[in-house]
Amino acid sequence: MIDVIVIGAGPAGLAGAIACAEYGLKVTVIDEFVRPGGRLIGQLHQEPSGEWWNGVKESTRLHNEAQKRSVDIRCGVSVYNLEKDKDFWNVHTNTGTLIAPYVLVATGAAEFPIPVPGWTLPGVMSIGAAQVMTNVHRVEVGKKGIIIGANLLAFAILNELQLAGINVEHIVLPEKSPLSQNAGKPEEVLKSLLNAAHLAPSPILRFSSRFMKNRGFRKLGMKFYPKSGVKVNGTPLQLRKAALEILGKDQVEGVLTADIDANGNVVKGTEKIYEADFVCIAGGLYPLAELTVVAGCPFQYVPELGGHVPLHSEKMETPLEGLFVAGNITGIESGKIAIAQGTTAGISIAKYAGKGSTDITKKLEQALRNVHTVRQNAAIQFNPEIANGRRKVYELWDDLYGKEQDSLQEIG
Amino acid sequence: MARIIDHPVLGKLDDRKKIPFTFDGKEYEAYETETIAAALLANGVRTLRFHEESGTPRGFYCNIGHCMECRVYVNGQANIRACLTAVKENMAVERGKHHPNLVKRMVENQ
Repeated sequence: MIDVIVIGAGPAGLAGAIACAEYGLKVTVIDEFVRPGGRLIGQLHQEPSGEWWNGVKESTRLHNEAQKRSVDIRCGVSVYNLEKDKDFWNVHTNTGTLIAPYVLVATGAAEFPIPVPGWTLPGVMSIGAAQVMTNVHRVEVGKKGIIIGANLLAFAILNELQLAGINVEHIVLPEKSPLSQNAGKPEEVLKSLLNAAHLAPSPILRFSSRFMKNRGFRKLGMKFYPKSGVKVNGTPLQLRKAALEILGKDQVEGVLTADIDANGNVVKGTEKIYEADFVCIAGGLYPLAELTVVAGCPFQYVPELGGHVPLHSEKMETPLEGLFVAGNITGIESGKIAIAQGTTAGISIAKYAGKGSTDITKKLEQALRNVHTVRQNAAIQFNPEIANGRRKVYELWDDLYGKEQDSLQEIG
Repeated sequence: MARIIDHPVLGKLDDRKKIPFTFDGKEYEAYETETIAAALLANGVRTLRFHEESGTPRGFYCNIGHCMECRVYVNGQANIRACLTAVKENMAVERGKHHPNLVKRMVENQ
């Protein structure tokens, strides 16, 4: 008999499992990947303090803690359906159906694809794929790379590729299109990068200070942006170049690029081929919420959180009884936030299950406060408006469900 | 592509057991616990399948199981994601193949 099924063995899922197990609940964690840790395993960056955030170490620590508390972790298990049957959730997987009264969905995020002609060629991959290949599998993705798309995730992973000795020669934008949207407009890209740089003057991005810190430059905007780009840790960030097509016969051989104006319009006659044997497409992240859709959870579109998120409270409950969420499924944020949210969800579940003594409410409040503290101390935010996005969701929750509970209590 | 043995922060790769497997009948070596996609890339193989309809080559794209681009045959079973499946000793992996499209050919031949 399982008390809690956790879907996803990333930072949120493992932290949630540990918290549940600490309160004596029997927990099973399932994950599709070959080892636990989720996308945390691939993360590697230097904190402003100079210390390294080493995802391999962090995920091993969480894994060990979970094991110590007898959490059953099963890798290579894929969930394809999730349904409530009276008091129990049925979690249908490729290895059979698991049943429990509580489910924590911690499926993390997925990457926005930006279709570029030629992107089906072997050697084209999402930026996250390159991260996993480099830091998790420790296999070189190529000898000469180009990143299409300029955002924080791309820079963080560029840094990781460089650490591993992988040569990335250019960062260019995708061609402006209804699919690439703002990612193809230099003005918009610069604006979002400067917003981020304001929040993250840390060594993680290693921007050349001339570019990112100079307010005068910000005012000049894209008009005087150098054609050859500005170097990000040695790799030119070419905001005035767009990738028109990825070239190659059997695999990537290069990228056809062209100059673009400040709005992203291609300047005819400026086409140029950059040689490459791998290309990374960096479209950013969105919450991977399919399983909560299947379960019947209501949703809200919150751009600050990266897209559609299942409605949830700050305590990580969803409107569906027994179904909880934590981590990037609730909004795109760092692995540290995911851990803090996972802990919150775990304590929430234990409270619902009637575990713990009277101090569990206090523990839950502490966990909630901790999420805020971690957010405030974060060196980097994927979205500068993240706190507003969170507030929107919690206010919506209170409007829809909070008052109902209050009135029920009054009646009770 | 080479393996990243020494890493300035992550350290040196532990010695792992090497295991043989085949890809389209040819023998390759993988490290134990390594995914099919990683092992093949380390052996210089990027093309994991040919598109069923168009026959164009495909490799892994997302590398974490979301995109389904890396599906291969494993011991005869179709649609196995190379990026999520660890190589096992003597595993027989095959590329997804270009399928015949009789209807399309009929239309083309009209």
